[in-house]
Amino acid sequence: MTATTNRQGPGPLVPPAKPSLLYRPEFRQAVYQILLVVGLVAGFWAIAHNVSENLARQNIASGFGFWNRTSGFDISQSLITYNNQSTYGQAFWAGLFNTLLVAALGVVFATLLGFIIGIGRLSSNWLIARLCGAYVETLRNLPLLLQLFFWYFAVLKNLPGPRQSIVLPAGATLNVRGLYIPAPVPEQGFNAVLIAFAMGIVASIGVYMWARRRQLATGERFPVLWTTLALILLLPGAVYIALGQPLGWEYPVLRGFNFQGGIPIQPELMALVVGLSTYTASFIAEIVRAGIAGVPRGQREAANALGLSSGLTMRLVVIPQALRIIIPPLTSQYLNLAKNSSLAVAIGYPDFVSVFTGTVLNQTGQAVEVILLTMLVFLTISLITSAFMNWFNKHIALVER
Amino acid sequence: MADTSRQQARRAHGASGGILLNGVHKWYGEFHVLKDINLTVKEGERIVICGPSGSGKSTLIRCINRLEEHQQGQIIVDGIELTNDLRNIDKIRAEVGMVFQSFNLFPHLTILDNLCLAPIWVKKMSRAEAEKTARMYLERVKIPEQALKYPGQLSGGQQQRVAIARALCMNPNIMLFDEPTSALDPEMIKEVLDVMIELANSGMTMMCVTHEMAFARSVADRVIFMDRGEIVEMAPPDEFFSNPKSDRTKHFLSQILNH
Repeated sequence: MTATTNRQGPGPLVPPAKPSLLYRPEFRQAVYQILLVVGLVAGFWAIAHNVSENLARQNIASGFGFWNRTSGFDISQSLITYNNQSTYGQAFWAGLFNTLLVAALGVVFATLLGFIIGIGRLSSNWLIARLCGAYVETLRNLPLLLQLFFWYFAVLKNLPGPRQSIVLPAGATLNVRGLYIPAPVPEQGFNAVLIAFAMGIVASIGVYMWARRRQLATGERFPVLWTTLALILLLPGAVYIALGQPLGWEYPVLRGFNFQGGIPIQPELMALVVGLSTYTASFIAEIVRAGIAGVPRGQREAANALGLSSGLTMRLVVIPQALRIIIPPLTSQYLNLAKNSSLAVAIGYPDFVSVFTGTVLNQTGQAVEVILLTMLVFLTISLITSAFMNWFNKHIALVER
Repeated sequence: MADTSRQQARRAHGASGGILLNGVHKWYGEFHVLKDINLTVKEGERIVICGPSGSGKSTLIRCINRLEEHQQGQIIVDGIELTNDLRNIDKIRAEVGMVFQSFNLFPHLTILDNLCLAPIWVKKMSRAEAEKTARMYLERVKIPEQALKYPGQLSGGQQQRVAIARALCMNPNIMLFDEPTSALDPEMIKEVLDVMIELANSGMTMMCVTHEMAFARSVADRVIFMDRGEIVEMAPPDEFFSNPKSDRTKHFLSQILNH
């Protein structure tokens, strides 16, 4: 009550009396935080101490000495040179690249498919909307492991053997051992075609920037898509024909019991990429649908009332606003996809978890190091992905007050 | 002015710059929202539509630029009949400006880009020309200094004035207003009404759904009272306010004027 009288009185303001330390929020918060940190450090120290004592008692080596030892096992598919004489370190990289390959392919296909299905589900065409709805409800509600088994065992492992292969167009072949596509073999002069291709891309970027500036300046539009397509395809095409088609193809040929030559794509990789991307696409479709539906109806009406066609309304008004709703949950789908790729173990694709956390851990017995490295790898992949997506999201965020 | 020369050109072609509604009906499922609406709005005429909520007044003006589809009857806007023909719908929408209760500015674009979007993409204007027009209209609605801000940074009254400027940038012959002041705080209503009065005085054909009876009295050529999907009464403002004929109109007026 003294404080009130002070404020009403004509005299100078008296600062309120400071409460005892115990009742001050700053002090309490500091104490809680210090207690938490001390508790965490003590807990981790206890675990680390326990582990090192147990390892010493069981005579298990610790440290990363195993990294440069010969692994002695094979990996069925590797993007880098690897055989059973390679080291555990090389096995680490072989597995990591296999995982990154699956994650990258999966993210691209899942995004494309997800956007198509998501927009399709909002279509005014009854059949398209229902088909997309059925897709989402089926794939989203079945376990991913089951779907991988379906693609691997029910579809790809039921294909005919090499001698009864399904012949696909352009010299490709599909059988129980995988998909074989022709491998391009560059001959003399092919570099010129590549240079023409690069020039076409550079010229297209130039045309795009010029057309954009011209549209801003004069309002006239330029058929950018067709021009760039012509530049990118026709320019190298012309060089290719002019130089007498300097590119050979190595076709897969049946020799004995198996196909030789061409580029083989294993059924394990196909099943994993198809399974992961169709499954994740069903979630992305829902995110896209929610994002578009989350843009207020009035936005579309205002754009229509100004005379913008439905295509332009979508492109200039709805999608830019929907993206800021779509991006954050889309990021978690990408992270899920990368992490779900470890289900590769179940169908025998040599991904990082199967190679490193499986075989290497079994052979070396160094569980702590291997598991720590595995966690570090997945953490790095996830943090890089979300850092990129956060940057992108910030880039398109709305300005409010 | 460009307006006058275009009006002359249209008269020379014998086209009407007004709106004609002939026996228009609309249903939402079982619900009959518009019942046999007959209305002719001449070029340059200013119409105010009032009525209780749910009377179909918003639906009526939303039918005029095809944000809603009518199911029976004929709507002719600026000499073009509204049918399923997408080309006609686009033509009419480019000729008819609309202002909404909730402003509906595009939040991801600056004020200037909000104004330039349709002129650039629909009228294929150059950026420089579109910006010049946009700045002229921002001047006219008295907020030229807000051009580079985003809608979220403006007050409601400012946003609604931007929305009016955005519609004017398409150089429309007809302006539709759907309760333009209903979402505004009282002190902001006046700044928006001032802009609308100025627009009315410049000879624009206007159809305005509003409960601002002072605005109706000073600006409208005719006031329309709608109830339950019908036009109940239609008269010049003096007659409408001093001598309403139908009981429903009297009841409505007594409710909104005496409080």
